[in-house]
Amino acid sequence: MKASWVAEKKTVETSLVSGAELFIQGLQNEQVEVIFGYPGGAVLPIYDALYKAELKHVLTRHEQGAIHAAQGYARVTGKPGVVLATSGPGATNLVTGIADSMIDSIPLVIFTGQVATQVIGTDAFQEADIVGITMPITKHNYQVQKAEDLPRIIQEAFHIATTGRKGPVLIDIPKDVAVKAAEQKAPSEIRLPGYQPTVKPNILQVKRLNEALQQSKKPVILAGAGVLAAQAEVELLTFAEYYGIPVVQTLLGLGGFPAENSLSLGMGGMHGTYAANMALYESDLLIGIGARFDDRLTGNLDHFAKDAVVAHIDVDPAEIGKNVPAEIPIVGCAKETLSALNQSAGDKLNIKDWHYSLTNYKTEFPLTYKKNESELKPQYVMEILHEATEGNAIVSTDVGQHQMWAAQYYKFSTSNRWITSGGLGTMGFGFPAAIGAKIGRPDLPVIAVVGDGGFQMTLQELGVLQDWELPVIVVIVNNKSLGMVRQWQEIFYEKRYSQSLLDIQPDFIKLASAYGIDGQRVENEEDLRKALTAALRSQKPFVLDCVVSADENVYPMIAPGKGLHEMIGVRG
Amino acid sequence: MKRIISATVMNESGVLNRLTGLLTKRQFNIEDITVGHTEDPSISKVTLTVWVEDDRKAEQLVKQLHKQINIIKVRDLTNMALVSRELALIKVLTTPDTRSEIKMLIEPFRATVLDVSLENVTLEVTGDSEKVDALIELLRPYGIKEISRTGITAIPRGTQKKVLELHPYSIM
Repeated sequence: MKASWVAEKKTVETSLVSGAELFIQGLQNEQVEVIFGYPGGAVLPIYDALYKAELKHVLTRHEQGAIHAAQGYARVTGKPGVVLATSGPGATNLVTGIADSMIDSIPLVIFTGQVATQVIGTDAFQEADIVGITMPITKHNYQVQKAEDLPRIIQEAFHIATTGRKGPVLIDIPKDVAVKAAEQKAPSEIRLPGYQPTVKPNILQVKRLNEALQQSKKPVILAGAGVLAAQAEVELLTFAEYYGIPVVQTLLGLGGFPAENSLSLGMGGMHGTYAANMALYESDLLIGIGARFDDRLTGNLDHFAKDAVVAHIDVDPAEIGKNVPAEIPIVGCAKETLSALNQSAGDKLNIKDWHYSLTNYKTEFPLTYKKNESELKPQYVMEILHEATEGNAIVSTDVGQHQMWAAQYYKFSTSNRWITSGGLGTMGFGFPAAIGAKIGRPDLPVIAVVGDGGFQMTLQELGVLQDWELPVIVVIVNNKSLGMVRQWQEIFYEKRYSQSLLDIQPDFIKLASAYGIDGQRVENEEDLRKALTAALRSQKPFVLDCVVSADENVYPMIAPGKGLHEMIGVRG
Repeated sequence: MKRIISATVMNESGVLNRLTGLLTKRQFNIEDITVGHTEDPSISKVTLTVWVEDDRKAEQLVKQLHKQINIIKVRDLTNMALVSRELALIKVLTTPDTRSEIKMLIEPFRATVLDVSLENVTLEVTGDSEKVDALIELLRPYGIKEISRTGITAIPRGTQKKVLELHPYSIM
């Protein structure tokens, strides 16, 4: 007996692999297709393991580019974006993208190198306390102390990033942990007692909303990015169409409800449509779905939906009641909640008067701008883009005027076509995000709509287009200024254009050509159409520098501190 | 208004940092905070007292804390029947004349003398914050050299009022 016991023990093989190998295996277990990253000292062991691994790695030209690309990838694929950077400056260069993902709920798993455990806390070369730095801007973060913890931590990180309210999770790996050998263990079940997101709605609250609907004469839906995150587009359409409830969309929620649907009122908020904002203002039942009632959407809260019963559906309980008190709070994901609502649907509503007045608002006060033969209007650029791409392109933007025009005039009828930095408002986001989007969805045309200011913040990523021959079209809405800053200075600071005019700028076409990329500068409609059609057909990267009227403003507009009904510039 | 919040957390490095960082980020000011192990060594309990403007802010605080991955459970104990205690160590200046006077004075507070020197005595008192405050005020005329307070730790009583009488939150 004893002899056989010894023999049995011998057959138990403990195969040891390095932390870096465990990292690769962890990613493969999560079906990761691509990593966006940048190497450096502390991640040398990981990059060495990557050298042999069959994992696509996109080398950006700056860590900020890597994380924005991962964000763009996550937005259009619905899968988590994966980022890898070194310790110290590599890690701190990611901070903007991490904060951006946090506020816009984008699922990312970010790996940073760290100095070896023996020297952590000694101000070693390229040491930064990235776990401390990113604590308030991540959904969760880890520092791996032992190589054998890596598989569990990676598994947990992907779970946390992609469930509940999605968000960025950071894993900091000290150099020695990546080198040390550890036992390979089969992935076990995830055990996180402090993390149990509520996905299914409370039936009682669903019933209350159904009852409120029956009482309502002026219901309106405010659909946010939570609809897209939960892939609840079909459920939303069914719900809205069954009752005939008009739909207002948030900036980040665009694409969650087809723009051409007669119930669509367009985007609400600071630069939203008249119909959308008045619907929110006059409504008697506001149903917020996966939207967080951001200040750019609500305007002055004293005037926001003041006659409305507010029903708020959100997967994150902390969002409910945060900015706007909710009479009917429903914690649950948009898909589950809308399904429950659709299954328990009551009588259809008779709200013809409401439809009539909203239709009036739509036809009386549509989005408008003055066309001008001698100049290319930025709004027109967006309309031409929409036409040339048949509304089917992925559009990625920075922040500012061009972003608002794209949101207003590129009518999204399908989900996961719109990538924009909403909450954080990050300049330099749009172009790298478009790169990530193209890698995630090579089948679709991808257009980076950027301003001349923002493009100069991350244009080094042209190197990635050249490297991967990615047919991303960069459309620069060039007004030789930081347009939104200029607009505010014009309206609120008596035209004192302090540091907002960018008269001196590079020749963007020459710049593109330095990277081996074709480009064209256009100043009128005809050239724009021709160049765009050619670029779309060529399946090559292209930079389109659109010289637009410099003094155009985004309207309608709600001035800060004003209510939704106090829009200016409604009539163009 | 004052709120006493109890959080059950994973006993991992950085949890306290996460918790206090969150309060700073959301602009809550911590009055006092105590941390210690529970019956399960992998789990710790944090009791904190914070000042908040209104119920909505209090609700936000509980929800935001609850969102943290390694915070397992959060309870607002303010409106619950609870026992709460704080410990204070107080060093009071003494002269041969006042020494016995102080000893008499602290008796109703069930405070004990931990250390005596020629110039001062160190006292220990345990009780709710009001009791500790009262003793400190009483001792102030003698000259207080140093005070060290632990902050409140609390636990709900075994028998609670009916749920309906408690302050209702919209959710959670």
